[in-house]
Parts: sequence; structure tokens; C-alpha cells
Amino acid sequence: MILTPVEIKDSILMALSSIRANKMRAGLTILGVMIGVASVISLASIINGLDEAMNNEIDAWGSNSFYITRYAFDVDRSKLSDEDRNRPPITVGEADAINKNCPSVDGVSPQNYYFAPGGNVVKYKNRKGNRPYLMGTWPDFIKVNSLNLQAGRFITEIDQHSSAMICVLGHDLSETLFETENPLDKVIRVNGKRFTVVGVFEEKESTLGDDNENNQVTIPLSTFEKIHPWEEELFLIARGASHEVMELAEEDIINTLRIYRNVPFNKKNNFAISTQENIKDMVNNITEYIYLAMIIITSVGLMVGGIGVMNIMLVSVTERTREICVRKAIGAKRSNILLQFLTEAVTLTGAGGVIGILFGVVVGLSVNKLIGFPLTISIFWVVVGFAVSVSVGLVSGIVPAMKAAKLDPIEALRYE
Amino acid sequence: MPLIETKNLWKTYKMGTEEVNALREVSISIEKGEYVAIMGPSGSGKSTLMNLIGCLDTPTQGEYKLNNRQVSSMNDDELANIRNREIGFVFQTFNLLPRATSLHNVELPLIYNGSPADLRRKMAEEALAKVELSDRMMHKPSELSGGQRQRVAIARALVNNPSILLADEPTGNLDSKTSVDIMRLFDELHREGNTIIVVTHEQDIAKRAHRVLSILDGKIASDVRVSEEGRKIL
Repeated sequence: MILTPVEIKDSILMALSSIRANKMRAGLTILGVMIGVASVISLASIINGLDEAMNNEIDAWGSNSFYITRYAFDVDRSKLSDEDRNRPPITVGEADAINKNCPSVDGVSPQNYYFAPGGNVVKYKNRKGNRPYLMGTWPDFIKVNSLNLQAGRFITEIDQHSSAMICVLGHDLSETLFETENPLDKVIRVNGKRFTVVGVFEEKESTLGDDNENNQVTIPLSTFEKIHPWEEELFLIARGASHEVMELAEEDIINTLRIYRNVPFNKKNNFAISTQENIKDMVNNITEYIYLAMIIITSVGLMVGGIGVMNIMLVSVTERTREICVRKAIGAKRSNILLQFLTEAVTLTGAGGVIGILFGVVVGLSVNKLIGFPLTISIFWVVVGFAVSVSVGLVSGIVPAMKAAKLDPIEALRYE
Repeated sequence: MPLIETKNLWKTYKMGTEEVNALREVSISIEKGEYVAIMGPSGSGKSTLMNLIGCLDTPTQGEYKLNNRQVSSMNDDELANIRNREIGFVFQTFNLLPRATSLHNVELPLIYNGSPADLRRKMAEEALAKVELSDRMMHKPSELSGGQRQRVAIARALVNNPSILLADEPTGNLDSKTSVDIMRLFDELHREGNTIIVVTHEQDIAKRAHRVLSILDGKIASDVRVSEEGRKIL
């Protein structure tokens, strides 16, 4: 079964010429593989993009931050024990406690959101915001979240103490409401209540499409609590004083909260504290599952494509029995015939792979253009797509090729 | 030393539960440069004999020596190698690759013995020139007449300078005038020293040979050497 380089080269050339001779059939055969590979590439690009965008988003929150919530982000709330179900909510009290007792923390931002049924209504004159977010927070919010203002000022301690009816607008919301007008000191209506605009945020680079910070009304937390007193539960972002004291800060926060929330020493925390890294891990866990689902879905597609190739190759062997027998009669060895048919199968699927990769990139790019979905085309998946298409050819070509190689030359030559 | 030597060749096929002896105790010997016709009615076993001589098949029993090499015990790849180097086949239905040019068809045996491309082309061109088809090298079989196709097939059979030219009803699909042309070509090839074996059931074709082996029910019925004068009388 040893072939010389000349024989290998000629087998490949022969395979190519017989594909050329059957263009229509070859085209239809590779369609299946092409669709399979295209779906691998487009899905992988989109999932990759999503993954990267989410990681960027988390990076933008700042690496010194702790997120304090009643339950961990990835907890399944339907499976909580009774004790966990009865955890008290995180409130302003926790934020106060951290502020007072943790020297390693240099800022706490409790954040509470309100969603009116049908969306918050924010109006200026006859212009209406596009269902903006409504958030109550402390003056530290801007520092903790590393945000900048484009005009005016942020909420101050005085605003917080006096429950002032003032607000700071996100960049997009401000443009919608005021267009070319100067928004500062203008009065807008938020769910019917009158607020004076004191500041506007800079536009925030958005990686995941619509970003809430750009379409948000930010008001003092005290004002928020006066208007929505039953919206008690909030979440906290606390910022460590520096990267070096993060461990200390985490310990400080946990101790402070355990004392504040009266957690007995033998019980576990009845709150969740996560860092950027924890959240990244969670996101990566989720994307891993998405990848797995993608691989399962696309392998079905590729399998169907492979079955198509095998089917056509089997038909082709039967159809070309005479040709194969003539080749054997004039000296083709089993390995020559095997290689010829394997090469045909691999060339078909390899071509399907290349077209599929191009097609998948085009699909990914169009999805990206049309709905602004993030996209990352990775060399890794392009290589995987090509390798998989070649392997599909090898796997689905081996049976027909062996069938061809085993043909007895006299079978076809005997019958005219 | 004979080119072809068989001793007590048996070929038995199983047809369901029955065993059919296609060849029985066939012992022949053919010298280099002979021009032999194998004749017999259909079902007589002449195709089986041709397959064995052509190394397409191996005998159930007996010995076959080609060029002093024992063929009867060779495996598939060794047989392929022998077919490639020692035997040039000419078939009744030409059996050219329909989508390939004459030149490529003639090159094919050389591809399977790994000759480099430039040598292949040169040898194929020479073989086509020998059958007077130098002007049809880039034509496909569908663009050639029956006689031209058979001449391409003969060029393909000759290109490797085989020991035997083995033709199975070479004129069975040709009209009588073209048949005569093809047989003249065989005569000429014989004069040049090629060993030719023609399997046929046509008297006219067999007459041109110098030796006629008649086969009946799997056995050699007669082995007649025909002298130059004898052929003229026939």
C-alpha cells in the first residue's frame, strides 16, 4: 500500500478532474457540508463576540469593585432552602454600615432601580424618552462606577440629605429629550413627578447594544425611596481603596455585613459578595454551555452533510464500476483507487468547508451590521471548521473508497 | 523458455451450490513473438482463460508462469503490477475513460507505475504516433470514430512495452472495413516482434494468427500452428 509521490499527485489530479466533470452533482454534495461549516463559523463568531463583549462590559465596571447582593448571580432561586429564601434584603443600612466600618473601602454605591409597568415615562415638553431606566443612588455612584459627566454636576450629599427633586440624565436620553437645547436647569417629568436636570453623563461606549447607562435617569436614593418606599431591595457596589487591599476589603465587608445582619458565627453568609473575576467565571461558564449546544447543533448539520457525501460517493462508485475496473486492469493497485476516491471525497468536503467558512463569515458580518450584534471571527474556529470538513470527507469517503478498491476487475469487464 | 507456461490450470466457479469447472487441465505454452488466437463458442471458457493469462484472476488449481515468474500465487497488488508492466489489454468495448483525452487515456498505465510526467507524455505521444493518431491527441473518445477509439486503446496497451498484447474480441464492435484496419495494425505489431494473443469467435480474425487454440467446455480441443502458406490457403 505504499504510493510514490508521483502516484499521490496523480491521484489528486484525477480526483479533481472527475469532480470537474460532474459540477452540478459536486455542487449539491458540498452544499450540505458548506451549510454545516457555515453554521459553525457564524455561530462561533457570534458566541465569541458575545463572550468578548460581556468580558469587556465586566472589565468596564472596574477591577476594584465588589458586588453585594442578596443571592449570588448564578444561584437557582427555585432551589433555595427555606433559610436562604428568608434572607433579609440588602438595604441602604448595609451601605451605611460598610461606609462607616470599612476603612479599606473608599466608596459605596447602593443602586436601586424602578421599572414602571409599561416602562418609565420621562417627558420634556412634548418629547418623550424611550422607556428609560430609573435609578436611585448615592453621590459615590459616579466614583465607584468610573463615570464622567459631559455637563453640569452629579448628585451631592446635600441632594441626598434633602431628597432633592434633581436628576442626572444619560447621554442618549438627554439627546432625545432636549435635542439641541441645553438640558441644564430644565424641568422634566419622571413618571409624573417634576425633576430638575443638573447634569448629563458622557456617552458610554457600549459593547452589548443598548446600554442602560446611556438611557437612564439617575436621582438621589433618598428621593427614590420617598417615591417608591416599597422598593426596598437594592444591590451595592463597593470599591476597594486600591488593588493591593482587595483581600482586606473583602474581609472587612464580610465582617461588617455579618455583624450588621446578625449572622451567628456558625452560619454562613446570608448575602453574596462577588468580584469582577467571580462574575467573569460565571459568564464563561454560561458561554461554555452555549458552545456545547452549538457544537451539538452544528455536528448534526455536518453529519447530514457527511451522509450526503457518502451517499453520492457510493452512487459514484457504482456508476463508475467499469472505469474502476479498467484502471485496475491496466495496473492500478487497491491503494491507487482508494486514494483516488478518498481524495475526491476530501476535495468535495474541503471545498465545502472553504465556501462554508466564507459564507459563515458573511452571515456573521451581516448579523453584526443588521442588529449590531458583537462579532469576533477567530482563526481557531476557521481552522476547526476546515479541519472538520476535511475529516467529514475522510470519514464519509472511506467506505465508498474501500468498496471501489475491492472491486474485482473481471466483474465489470466480463459483462458487456 | 516460453513466455507463457501453464500446467494443469483449473478454474472452478461456485454457482449457488453447484460447482462449474470453467477450465479443466489447461496446459499451454506460448513463446515470445507468437501470434495466437484463442477460439471457442461462448461459454467455452475462453474468457476465463484470457482472465488468467491477463493476470486479472488466479487459477483454482495449477501453475501459471509468465516470463518465468509464478503468477498463480501472487496477491492483488503484485498482480496489478504484473498487469501494468507485462500485459497490454485491448477490449471489445475499448474501455477508454470517457472524459479524458486520448493522450491522458494512453498515459494512464504510466501513471500507475509512477513514471514522471514528462516521460509519460513523451511515451504516450510515441504510442499514439505508432497507431497514427498524432493529430487526435487532445480529442476525447466521444469525438473519435470506433476505429480511432480502438487504436487509442491499442496505444494504451502498447505504451508500457508489455510482453503480451492481449485482445478480447478487438473487432467485435467495429464494422468490417475498420476491423480489417485494426487487424492490419495487429499484423504490423506482430512483425515488430510483439507477442499477440487474440480471443475471438470470428474465423476471419483467427485466420490472421499463426497459431489457433480452440477451447471447448473448458478444455483445449485443438492447437494448430498455421504456416504462412496455410494462411494464404485459408
